[in-house]
Amino acid sequence: MGGTSSKLPKDLLSEYQVRRTHNIFSELQDRENGPYSSRVSMEKVLTLPELKSNPFRKRICHVFSTSDMKDGSLSFEDFLDLLSAFSDSATLEIKSHYAFRIFDFDDDGTLDARDLEKLVNSLTGETDDTRLTAEEMRQLISNILEESDIDKDGTVNLSEFQHVISRSPDFVR
Amino acid sequence: MPRHKLIASESDVSIEVDEGKDNEFSLYYVEVEENSKGGKEKQATRDGKRRRERNGEVSRRRASEKRSTEMGNKRAEKKHDKHHKTTRKEGEKDRKRPRRRNADEEEAEEESSKEKKNIKNERTKTVKLEDEKEKDVKKKRKKHVKNDEDDANPGKTKQKDCQEVALKEKKKKRRKPETTSESESHSESNSDAESKDNQAVGVLGSLTPEELEQLKEAVDERKKLITTLKGKPWPMKKKLVILRESQEFVEKYEGALGKGKGRKLYAYKVLMMKKWMKFQRDLENFKTACIPWEMKIKEIESHFGSSVASYFIFLRWMYGINMILFGLTFGLVMVPEALMGKPYGSMPRKTVPRVEEASAMNFAVLWDFGGYAKYSVLFYGYYNNQRAIGWLKFRMPLSYFLVGVGTVAYSYMVVIRTMARNANEEGGGDDTSFNFSWKTFTSWDYLIGNPETADNKFASITTSFKEAIVEEQESRKDDNIHLTRFLRVLANFLVLCCLAGSGYLIYFVVRRSQKFALEGLENYGWWERNEVNMVMSLLGMFCPMLFDVISTLENYHPRIALQWQLGRIFALFLGNLYTFIIALMDAIQLKRAEEEIVKKNMTIWQANLYNGTVPDNSTALPITVHPADVPRGPCWETMVGQEFVRLIISDTMTTYITLLIGDFLRAVLVRFLNNCWCWDLEYGFPSYSEFDVSGNVLGLIFNQGMIWMGAFYAPCLPALNLLRLHVSMYLQCWAVMCCNVPQERVFKASGSSNFYMAMLLVILFLSTLPAIYTIVSIPPSFDCGPFSGKNRMFDVIQETLETDFPAWFSKVFSYASNPGLVLSFLLLLVLAIYYLQSTSKTYKRVNMELKKKLQTQNEENKRKNKLAALKAANELEQAKKAGEQCSNSASDLGVNEESSSIDEAGHHRQAGQNGRLIHPSQSQDTQNSEPPVSSAHTTTRPPASRGHTASGHLPGHPQKNAHSNRR
Repeated sequence: MGGTSSKLPKDLLSEYQVRRTHNIFSELQDRENGPYSSRVSMEKVLTLPELKSNPFRKRICHVFSTSDMKDGSLSFEDFLDLLSAFSDSATLEIKSHYAFRIFDFDDDGTLDARDLEKLVNSLTGETDDTRLTAEEMRQLISNILEESDIDKDGTVNLSEFQHVISRSPDFVR
Repeated sequence: MPRHKLIASESDVSIEVDEGKDNEFSLYYVEVEENSKGGKEKQATRDGKRRRERNGEVSRRRASEKRSTEMGNKRAEKKHDKHHKTTRKEGEKDRKRPRRRNADEEEAEEESSKEKKNIKNERTKTVKLEDEKEKDVKKKRKKHVKNDEDDANPGKTKQKDCQEVALKEKKKKRRKPETTSESESHSESNSDAESKDNQAVGVLGSLTPEELEQLKEAVDERKKLITTLKGKPWPMKKKLVILRESQEFVEKYEGALGKGKGRKLYAYKVLMMKKWMKFQRDLENFKTACIPWEMKIKEIESHFGSSVASYFIFLRWMYGINMILFGLTFGLVMVPEALMGKPYGSMPRKTVPRVEEASAMNFAVLWDFGGYAKYSVLFYGYYNNQRAIGWLKFRMPLSYFLVGVGTVAYSYMVVIRTMARNANEEGGGDDTSFNFSWKTFTSWDYLIGNPETADNKFASITTSFKEAIVEEQESRKDDNIHLTRFLRVLANFLVLCCLAGSGYLIYFVVRRSQKFALEGLENYGWWERNEVNMVMSLLGMFCPMLFDVISTLENYHPRIALQWQLGRIFALFLGNLYTFIIALMDAIQLKRAEEEIVKKNMTIWQANLYNGTVPDNSTALPITVHPADVPRGPCWETMVGQEFVRLIISDTMTTYITLLIGDFLRAVLVRFLNNCWCWDLEYGFPSYSEFDVSGNVLGLIFNQGMIWMGAFYAPCLPALNLLRLHVSMYLQCWAVMCCNVPQERVFKASGSSNFYMAMLLVILFLSTLPAIYTIVSIPPSFDCGPFSGKNRMFDVIQETLETDFPAWFSKVFSYASNPGLVLSFLLLLVLAIYYLQSTSKTYKRVNMELKKKLQTQNEENKRKNKLAALKAANELEQAKKAGEQCSNSASDLGVNEESSSIDEAGHHRQAGQNGRLIHPSQSQDTQNSEPPVSSAHTTTRPPASRGHTASGHLPGHPQKNAHSNRR
């Protein structure tokens, strides 16, 4: 998972950036119809250009949301969390931690075969012509597990995930 | 209740602070409040005096009211006691960690130990008091339900506010001591707490160094926590709470570590440090706000992915470097000469010669830099060899020379520093055994914000998955590899042919241009004069396209393909550049031959001048001839500078024109002719162009190389380049956004930045070589430039040493520069380099071994943790059952302490496993189950815990826990 959301703060949020972030956030709040609340619903957050085309946008909202309703709505602090995790200067640990949680679709703390399948499906897009066939999918998931499931329990846990991801040349630090 | 067990990870520490039995103590304090008013005056004296021996206390029982006055006074400190207590635990736990101790802290040892002692005494005392009072309080509590509501607020967000409010209201929340360690201290402190009258009899010698170390450790721990807080994957709220607490703690005890006079100084130091930090932060903010074109680049990033953006970031970096180069040449060379040097027309070298006067103001001057531009500060020849100019006695020749050297030195420094930094960041990435996992976990480019790009990315990811699967299958069969190999060899052969062809073409053109030059350029048209430049630009334009076509044969991963492409274009450009330089060298030789002739003619001309007009009076003033009429040498330096300027200009023009025609016009045609054409232009043959990252980057690099090469002879080059880069920034940003389409194979380019840098370094080296060669080995022209009249250009250093420095200095210098010393120095340098290199190799090897060890250990740990996880799961199950029982039978007050403790332990273990905050109310639920009222209360306020934490026990979590502990 790399870099910043575009147009949004670059450094680990400094004061200036927090101010900018707050502007963006209050803009989102303004767009919220209905009664004023300290949270911004997921639908509004997803209208941000940075998240619009991201296949994990809903997961991102869910992971960073502290809402009781589990509706993916973000408070300002959650929003700050989100941005600082995606910023250029976030540490490898932060990034890998949140990446893991984003990929962990069923929130059970491990990436199992179903999580991986969902992950691959979101990566390949929703249209039929880009999707992998069932056979390919099976092959791919078994390959992934073969590589990164070090303790051979059929799932990828956080430390295995971090181990794998920290060696990747693509993982922007 | 085993408290140390609860503190499974750092994250637990903050949790403990405010949960627990707030109610009793807040009530208790209310009661105590009344007694405390009289005790305030005592506080000041007590602060200094509370030094007691831990064990040597005899008096056992004190009047309870006296104690309670004490309590009221110490309220403010108790809060910190709590922090201290928790951090001390951490300190004990982490005793093995290497501690940083400086002399300052050592000095403050005694003082802090006293402080520490005080703290401990206070704590234990309060604990004792609370213990005693508890029964009374419990009775009262039932009547004060109202107070419960104030204090039993479970919201994590509000816990801070509540504390502050409570402080103001003098109703401080207290947590019931609930750990075994504390109950230990209960018994031990029975003696301590009673001995208030012995306060003054502090015996320093009895203080254990451990305690003071613990305090220091605690402070250090907090400080470390503050600095590393940013790097923790915790939610912002928790970070804020912890940060505030830690800061308060550090503030409180850090000041206490100083002693006597030093204390003031220390406080001042701390204050200054804070101000300095604030200043630095402001500066950082300012800097972030000042980064130019950030938004533009981000926008491009979101449309085209990070590889295209990496070009623009590189361009911006280049712009910064050129800004500095420009500042150097402009501020130290051009401006002084323009302001203080002799004005235009005062001497032959500063005047347009009679022959050129007619065409000196032609329009062509704008791109040819002939005419007036040639005889201005823009070029080497204009500068005078006068040693010092103006009222400042500015050493112009020396400055000129030093700026030339400084430009190159600065560039080397910047490039190498950037490379080193990038290399540091790269690190890992050594083994490629995670091919599929990387593809899955890291292939999405989170910078993409454009739906179209996202579609392309989806497609490219799918393809890469399919390719990887196919490759995996094929690698087992090892079937098609021969074809791929053959194709790759073929491609390389074709590329070599291209390179050779272009090399020959340039050689041919250069030879032809020499022929033209010998016959006199006046007889030829524009093409013949600019043939070399044009051919070079055209080759630079078309060869990369050819390479691109060829590289499709090879079927490499895009990143590798990009590197091959870059390498090939690099070779092409390098060949072109060096052919050009060789041609220039030839031209220099020609000019120097011409110069010799001019020199001879000059003497004849002078003789004629004097003979013709002043035959008899040789002492009379020389006749004034208009400087334009004086014959002069060809001044090869200006010629070289001019060539480079022309090259830059033609290069810039070709780039822009290519951009306009190749991108813009093509896009316009495709867009508007598409409606009336027989095939689909947008998706068919011409389509829209993609942004060519490799070509553009190389163009930039070579452009910079030419600047470095030519800047010595044409001080205007950095300025020109700055202009060019500025325009390209805007033009290319516009062109990319308006007429390019996202690449079909979108890939990330995070790894290629050092590749660019390496090429830049090579180019820098290759471009300084010829410049240095000309400076060192060719004598300067006799009648132009700051070094005219000298044998070599670097003689200016010698001259400065002799005339501007005292005699002994030049003597020392001449001693120091004798071959024996220099050689031995060089030898030393070589040895040092060899030593450093071999040590770095050793380090690398050791590093690799450590990595391996760590890996194996990791695997072992995992196996162990698996077992531990199973165990923990069982325990948790039990704990849950116990908890249910507990809450069901929660009517009595003193109910089964044990079961609730187990329950809480279970909860806390869970929290530790999750590595995150557990909500206080979760554990409060069970604890507050004792008073029915408050438990009902907590149920009305549901915990604001995060959704995923509520998902029960996770099998993978012990590993996580272990991981966080290891940190």
